[in-house]
Amino acid sequence: MSADQILSVDHLSMRFGGIVAVNDLSFGAERRKITALIGPNGAGKTTVFNCITGFYKPTSGSMRLAHDDGHTIQLERLNDFRISKQAKVARTFQNIRLFPGMTALENLMVAQHNALMRASGLTLLGLIGAPSWRVAEKAAIDLARTWLERIGLLDRADDAAGNLPYGDQRRLEIARAMCTEPALLCLDEPAAGLNARESAALSELLLSIRANQGTSILLIEHDMSVVMEISDHVVVMDYGVKIAEGTPQHVRDDPRVIAAYLGADEEEAIAVMESGT
Amino acid sequence: MQTSRAPGVAFIFKKALISALVALVLFSLMIGVRTEAGSDGQLTYWTRFGDLAMMVATVFGGSIIVELLRQWWGPVGTVRVVPAQVTSALSLAGRLVAPVLLIFTFLVPVIFYNERYILDLGILVLTYVMLGWGLNVVVGLAGLLDLGYVAFYAVGAYSYALLATNFGLSFWICLPLAGILAAFWGVLLGFPVLRLRGDYLAIVTLAFGEIIRLVLLNWQSVTGGPNGVSGIPRPTMFGIPLSPGDDGLAAKLGIEFSPTHRIVFLFYLILALALLTNWVTIRLRRLPIGRAWEALREDEVACRALGINTTTTKLTAFATGAMFGGLAGAFFATRQGFISPESFTFHESALVLAIVVLGGMGSQLGVALAALAMIGGFELFRGLDQYRMLVFGMAMVLLMIWRPRGLIGHRAPTVFLERNQAISSDLVKEGHG
Ligand SMILES: Nc1ncnc2c1ncn2[C@@H]1O[C@H](COP(=O)(O)OP(=O)(O)OP(=O)(O)O)[C@@H](O)[C@H]1O
Ligand SMILES: [Mg+2]
Repeated sequence: MSADQILSVDHLSMRFGGIVAVNDLSFGAERRKITALIGPNGAGKTTVFNCITGFYKPTSGSMRLAHDDGHTIQLERLNDFRISKQAKVARTFQNIRLFPGMTALENLMVAQHNALMRASGLTLLGLIGAPSWRVAEKAAIDLARTWLERIGLLDRADDAAGNLPYGDQRRLEIARAMCTEPALLCLDEPAAGLNARESAALSELLLSIRANQGTSILLIEHDMSVVMEISDHVVVMDYGVKIAEGTPQHVRDDPRVIAAYLGADEEEAIAVMESGT
Repeated sequence: MQTSRAPGVAFIFKKALISALVALVLFSLMIGVRTEAGSDGQLTYWTRFGDLAMMVATVFGGSIIVELLRQWWGPVGTVRVVPAQVTSALSLAGRLVAPVLLIFTFLVPVIFYNERYILDLGILVLTYVMLGWGLNVVVGLAGLLDLGYVAFYAVGAYSYALLATNFGLSFWICLPLAGILAAFWGVLLGFPVLRLRGDYLAIVTLAFGEIIRLVLLNWQSVTGGPNGVSGIPRPTMFGIPLSPGDDGLAAKLGIEFSPTHRIVFLFYLILALALLTNWVTIRLRRLPIGRAWEALREDEVACRALGINTTTTKLTAFATGAMFGGLAGAFFATRQGFISPESFTFHESALVLAIVVLGGMGSQLGVALAALAMIGGFELFRGLDQYRMLVFGMAMVLLMIWRPRGLIGHRAPTVFLERNQAISSDLVKEGHG
């Protein structure tokens, strides 16, 4: 494994009463790479995300985030909003969590909250309409516009997010996470519920984010065509433990992985085996 | 005319039957059996099945009527066939409502100069408009259910009353102080309770409102207890009193003194305060803090994932709402000249909350219309004597059936690229705590 890891998870465990959702899990995500976290339903993938992004406090273990400039942050010591604000880790949710009653543009503006709060002098400069605030606001709208254009939603900018088709909502949620200008982007099943064409567009979007923004991506995904196509490294989980990791090809041929998927769901197992051919 | 679902006769009948059954169970003891202590203290009772039957029949009939009305009007959002011209005319009228209302309000003291009753009513309505706009920040924008808003109204009123009577500070110095003190109490209350959500938050804020009232009632040495504070100075027009004396405004202007001057002055004062509240709220909505309030109402978890500090965001909403309540309280004190804890009961909180909900949570125009309807309408029914409450309650129930999301049932976006189009309230969340 390369030394340049943006995220290293060490002996992470998460217990809910009697259930051990994550058991002594260690893995890393490389800088400017796409790392996929896969596994059958209930393997504990979302729980790992919730630990990384501060929604759960892990029972034990550590998670270290190393920024480009070399300074490191222990994620288990920060909680909820600070992970996004200080550690620059952004996420999306398995069940989309947009602000449905706000427009697509407003969703992207809310994502720039912390930068805009500073620019508005904690509201005071904004209240009196200071020129510096106006400039910052315009820049924020431009950033939002750029992202709307990239996800192909520019013409729907002023529509309520809750009114958008499902696939558009998924992409808008990714754009919203990107508007926080994260170092690490965590996506929980971004291709769920998308058709083949939309999945392909999603793959392209993620590859372009990695190439243009240099954002490292951690990806949970059941759609194996997406995983095999775009990920640089794959970590496979089952029952809370890591059962394999490596390149997509390596993982695909691993008998333990096939067994785990066969045990869980035959269709998925077949999807894993067929996706490379 | 209705194109969407239209439940049949059976459905209406079933619903009415269930309502009647519930009424029967509820009223069989309350109305069906009448108990009284007899002459020697023994229990005597007799039955009133006739009254009970009438009550149940009324509920049955009423339920059918309500259901028919509901189908006839339909809730907001059902597709109805309305000619395009009518729709566009309505939307034009909708856009004109706010400016026309504002101009009319400015002219009220001119038109009704000699009608003291109307002026007083106008001041009362405007006070509630301001309170409604203040609470709207907390409930409508941030989605935090606050049942103790009257506490901040009381803090503002007592701040002014005590500062003015004890230290002789003028109204214009006390006004911002009252706002700041109320905001301070808003933060103080906010810290412990904002971890709570939904119903719990509502209960604790309700208790807070009562605590403030009880403190005012029992802290005799400072607040005067149940006797309240009297002799609160009247406001001056930047130092010039509105009194009949030689140094009064009338004498200075060389016109004849009239007590109406002061009423008119108070009218414009509360109008200015209310408009200030409105202006600040509209501006805040377009700033990151206001957007964060609304985002919080929509989805708190998503807010945290975006790095928004939800605690401080809630606190600022609470403090802002409290500040406006405090300003309104200071005005109330100077207008009345006398305040006592009796003016700050839960009833006030409930009334202001009703105005916000009725107006359509989050809508500035809706809140103003609702305040006018609630306060003005209540006065309108004065002739009905003891049936006033009944008629008023019925009107509110019908209104909520017709427009479950309030008078103005849509949300205006805070920023747009091309089209400034309203968002249907079906999509907008109400918040959860
Ligand atoms: N808050 C919680 N309380 C109790 N148990 C939980 C909680 N969250 C997750 N679990 C349990 O932890 C296990 C792992 O769940 P998790 O959601 O992480 O799986 P997953 O890999 O994301 O599955 P899927 O592919 O279906 O999304 C499950 O058995 C689940 O029931
Ligand atoms: Mg999951």
